[in-house]
Amino acid sequence: MHELAVAQSLLEIVEQEARPYSGARVTWIKLRIGHLSAVVPDALRFAFDAITRGGIAEGAVLEIEEVPLKILCHQCDKAFTIDDPFMVCPQCGGSDVEMVSGRELEIRSMEICDGD
Amino acid sequence: MEIKLVKDILAANEVIAAQNKAFFTEHGVYVVNLMGSPGAGKTTLLERTIEGLKVRRKMAVIEGDIATSRDAERIAAHAIQAVQINTGGECHLDGNMVRGGLGELDFDGIELLVVENVGNLVCPAEFNIGEDVKVMICSVTEGDDKPLKYPLMFQVSSVLLLNKLDLLPHVEFDLERFRADALKVNPHLEVIPLSCKTGEGLDTWLRWLEESSATEGV
Repeated sequence: MHELAVAQSLLEIVEQEARPYSGARVTWIKLRIGHLSAVVPDALRFAFDAITRGGIAEGAVLEIEEVPLKILCHQCDKAFTIDDPFMVCPQCGGSDVEMVSGRELEIRSMEICDGD
Repeated sequence: MEIKLVKDILAANEVIAAQNKAFFTEHGVYVVNLMGSPGAGKTTLLERTIEGLKVRRKMAVIEGDIATSRDAERIAAHAIQAVQINTGGECHLDGNMVRGGLGELDFDGIELLVVENVGNLVCPAEFNIGEDVKVMICSVTEGDDKPLKYPLMFQVSSVLLLNKLDLLPHVEFDLERFRADALKVNPHLEVIPLSCKTGEGLDTWLRWLEESSATEGV
């Protein structure tokens, strides 16, 4: 349940970014979460709702895009989207691979509007 | 109005982890982040490691737990500096919590610091603390399906210790399948089966730790 810690870090970023716009409320937040990251979207939403009550991000929608796990095989010089978390090339079976995506825990954008 | 920003949500932790790392480098300390489920044998492994290595390496320990100082007391009984960090409910240690523990230790002459993370196969994998190496410990009683169920932990670790090898005849655990799956998840993983009870395999682990802390440490 480290979603609470992630939610807290997210709220800190959101509050900091919104600070120049005094009185603004945060209504929408876009996130990208990698398939391999250990964060459960529903648990993150639950935690975020709980800690934002009474603050500028209360009621903000968390739009979460799940980023697939993708690896690049250096031998085949080709990228593959994979379901199982195996760092093995599905084409040549080699392990000279690099993870291209799947571990993201990113905030991409946020929507703010006037407070009144 | 939309504000565009591409930011790692855990960036703040990464900054603190990097500061910790700079502190460790400056003090010439090699740091191991030891992770694993509750009951896998983290503290027992630490005790065996201290017994086996303390004449050759000056060690200190940071113990992370949700509550109690029992583990730090176990370690302190081996005449090693140990500080307990209670996370108060958090399921992992982060850079900031570890930083809070650093002031409690005297790093003069310390060569090796082992940070025992909170017992958990999920959350600690996401948080760097400024370590040189992540080591995970699993035990045969947990089942051989763990690499597929908790891939991130296996992926971020450099060493996988498989503990309680003495119990292998008594449990359903396919060692080869476990090893094969772990290596598919992380082909660079160093897999070391051992038993903290009988001592089997401990030499291999101690040799690995001694060598890696000699080459990568300052």
